[in-house]
Amino acid sequence: MAEMKTAAYICSGCELGNRLDVAQLSKIAQKEGKMALVREHAFLCNEEGVQMIRDDIEKEAVTHICIAACSRRSKTEAFHFPTVAISRANLREGVIWGIAEGEQHDEVRQEMAGDYVRMGCAEVKKMTLPLGNPNHAHNKRLLVVGGGMSGMTSALEAAEAGYDIVIVEKEAQLGGWAAKLWKRVPFKQPFAEPQDTGLAELAGKVSSHPRISVYLSSTIAETSGAPGRFSVQVKGAAGITTEEVGGIVQATGFTTYDINKLPELGGGKSANVIDQAGMEALARTANGAAIKRADGKEVKSVVFVQCAGQRDESGTHLPYCSGHCCATSVKQAMYFKDANPQVDTVVMYTDLRLPGMGEDFYRSAQQKGVIFTKGKVSTVAASGDGCEVKFRDLILDEDTALNADLVVLATGQVPTAGVNLEAWNPIVTAAEGGSAEAKQQRVEMQKTSVLNLNYRQGPDMPQLKNGFNDSHFICFPYETRRTGIYAAGPVRRPMDMLQATEDATGAALKAIQTVENASLGRAAHPRSGDLSYPIVRLEGCTQCKRCTVECPFGAIDEDERRFPQFNESRCRRCGTCMGACPVRVISFENYSVDTVGNQIKSIDMPDEFSEKPRILILACENDAYPALDMAGLQHHVYSAFVRAIPVRCMGSVNTIWITDALNSGYDGVMTMGCKHGDNYQCHFVKGSELANYRLSKIEDNLKQMGLEKERVISHEVAITDSARVAELINDYVAKIQEIGMSPMKGFN
Amino acid sequence: MTNANQQAVALYSNDFLREVEERVEEGEWVKMCMQCGVCAGSCPLGNAWQHTPQKLFMMIRAGKREEVLTSDSMWMCTSCYNCIVRCPRKLPITHIMHGLANYAHRLNLAPKGQPTREVARLFWNSLAKTGRVNELKFSLAMYFKDGIVQGIKNAMAMQSIGLALVMTKRLNPMELFGGHKCKDPGSLHKMIAKAREIEDRKKGFTS
Ligand code: SF4
Ligand code: SF4
Ligand code: SF4
Repeated sequence: MAEMKTAAYICSGCELGNRLDVAQLSKIAQKEGKMALVREHAFLCNEEGVQMIRDDIEKEAVTHICIAACSRRSKTEAFHFPTVAISRANLREGVIWGIAEGEQHDEVRQEMAGDYVRMGCAEVKKMTLPLGNPNHAHNKRLLVVGGGMSGMTSALEAAEAGYDIVIVEKEAQLGGWAAKLWKRVPFKQPFAEPQDTGLAELAGKVSSHPRISVYLSSTIAETSGAPGRFSVQVKGAAGITTEEVGGIVQATGFTTYDINKLPELGGGKSANVIDQAGMEALARTANGAAIKRADGKEVKSVVFVQCAGQRDESGTHLPYCSGHCCATSVKQAMYFKDANPQVDTVVMYTDLRLPGMGEDFYRSAQQKGVIFTKGKVSTVAASGDGCEVKFRDLILDEDTALNADLVVLATGQVPTAGVNLEAWNPIVTAAEGGSAEAKQQRVEMQKTSVLNLNYRQGPDMPQLKNGFNDSHFICFPYETRRTGIYAAGPVRRPMDMLQATEDATGAALKAIQTVENASLGRAAHPRSGDLSYPIVRLEGCTQCKRCTVECPFGAIDEDERRFPQFNESRCRRCGTCMGACPVRVISFENYSVDTVGNQIKSIDMPDEFSEKPRILILACENDAYPALDMAGLQHHVYSAFVRAIPVRCMGSVNTIWITDALNSGYDGVMTMGCKHGDNYQCHFVKGSELANYRLSKIEDNLKQMGLEKERVISHEVAITDSARVAELINDYVAKIQEIGMSPMKGFN
Repeated sequence: MTNANQQAVALYSNDFLREVEERVEEGEWVKMCMQCGVCAGSCPLGNAWQHTPQKLFMMIRAGKREEVLTSDSMWMCTSCYNCIVRCPRKLPITHIMHGLANYAHRLNLAPKGQPTREVARLFWNSLAKTGRVNELKFSLAMYFKDGIVQGIKNAMAMQSIGLALVMTKRLNPMELFGGHKCKDPGSLHKMIAKAREIEDRKKGFTS
């Protein structure tokens, strides 16, 4: 590699020249930052400024540059120099926009700018240019697990986009749940009549598509590898076949909630109480003629009980709404009305939920004479030749009852998501500890796996809530925590067929993105295109396994010697492993314990009597750092005593940074990460949660150092919190001034 | 008239919704109500009603024939049209209220002496007879609808207004004797009879 040659560029545009002493900043870059070349420019991001930098790179062989101008989030296109390592000193958003105007603030403002220049120089010297994951692979075929509506849609969409597809379906034919339906809820104008499922046509297209191959009556015995190089063992009647693919879509759908768990609603007690699946079967048998019960009697009256075993707050049944069942009951009531308008059809609901164009469908059912009753059913019991439905009429506010030949319970969707890793992991730990019982349990559990991943973190995708496969609900609904594997359809969240087909298209596109990124050695979402990757110095590793366990994306396995084995293509570059590692042997070329640590140590620390505290802010680059930039943009003025460093994710924060900062005289440390917990907003799902856990332990360190616990404070910050961050900073500075300056100054 | 009620019961057994759809003005809309309660919340008189329009529609669907038809709720409607304007399902609620009241009246199930019903009856009788509403007779009939004593009291209370109306030629005392009429009341009677015949046929009344 070429010799390191550094350069700093200090911009005086955007008012920087008027508010700051740029010449002094140049001197700092030269003397303290030890930059070989230092140049000022009045308008650095214009063509001439950029050309100046480009010329230095070409003619002066500059390899490392620090741009002291605007935030790293601004002018990224102008300052795009892919052949050198770059740091950015944020003088515009971070200093002149956010700090109070006026002469009386000149001194602190200039000190702040000076520190940011020091930090930018210190950082870039510890960086190397990321060159891309060397272990990347190029397979771009996709595996689709599940041949139902979602799976087939995913397969077809990706195939049409030019990718080769393998479908693995456990049944003997394609179709999944849709194959059991008589008709589907309409998805086309005028949304008034049940429609043909269109399954035969779709299955025909899939079966005959030159890019799609299909395994029927098959399951997956093992999945190993990473994006771009998955190896999948497909187990069929003829034995095991190995398929090599680059990405995976899991569209394994759902089963219905077991009706036998609802005896109070007659489930499993009366043959005349069926679920929606049973109702479809009756309609298929009738084939458009009058619908008959299992005992052959023509149905003259039917009651549909909505939310059966769903939206249950008692903890016994499904707590959620499955979303499709209201429309499905409306459709099924129409089966009766269309065959014979004289049949009494009552849909009993507490809230009718018909998303999309469901309102039109609802109206159409009312036109056909379907009666909708807002009531809460208490019991369904056999009575005479049929059933008696007892309910509370919620409009007329009275307990009453109805008799019907047939009762249909709208039970919900239960995802086919495979093994629940939260249950799996303790069992594995017990099994590895030698428990025979746990070993047996592990074998049993493994049988329910869908993907049979050989990942260290378990055989399936993590589940988010209620057994549904992953999804980053708030920001990126298609993303999962297993890079290159995407969940589509009701396995991800409850949904209807139309939503499932849209979902499937989204998942196919995501899978395509990952295989493309993987083949270039780049990260997938959310650091899409990032060429850096975690590098581990195994000589120093103590095999503590923290990285293996904490990686939110299951990217790290173990090799035969029980050392962590990084699968770079599965890695999302969050740095959580780097934050976790107690011996600090994990780093990225352009982001490491040193790049940040060096910045922390580089600042000019005023002495104890200066009355100028220094507060370090470690801000998540996804939300908190943009919020800080926005605070500047909107002129929410905050204290000039803070020094902010963006981090990839709170999870990447190694506590050494905090103890180092305090040891070198900082008076306080603020961390700003994304919300964690149930409605988390962390871009890396678990990063902020892990950071929170680690930070909860920091008090001990503070005690050992003889420091007050208020010297470290954590906040959850959303990207919209621009006004709030300024307040948080100002409050904290006031607090620190109250506690007093750190006694640690001047000891280093 | 109770005869008409018995016939209706026999005809529709317990399908009150169908009865309303076929025999009540705009009754075919009742099934389209989605029970949002906007009408109930919009009606300026809503809290004076025993059953709001929303509830009446639900009661019809639940087959509560007797309760609906003997209720005085729909008689409370002042035709302000708030509900019609707001109903997301575009139900002509005001008209249905009137239709229900009219139907209950025809079956003679409507509450006896219900003031709105009495006013309507007097108004109609006055109008249908001559083709003109005889204001003097109509007012007097109103005063005396609750008996002679109450009638005299009412008349005394309104005395000064009545005199002022006479003085300003807004009220002609001679109207008490015969009163003015349209050109050909006989033809009007025939028209009304024909209209009723058509309505009865359409709605399936046999009497
Ligand atoms: S913790 Fe983050 S950076 Fe480390 S291996 Fe996992 S995904 Fe990659
Ligand atoms: S506003 Fe219309 S839809 Fe709503 S309750 Fe009243 S009649 Fe029914
Ligand atoms: S029109 Fe009648 S029912 Fe409708 S809001 Fe007015 S008073 Fe109430």
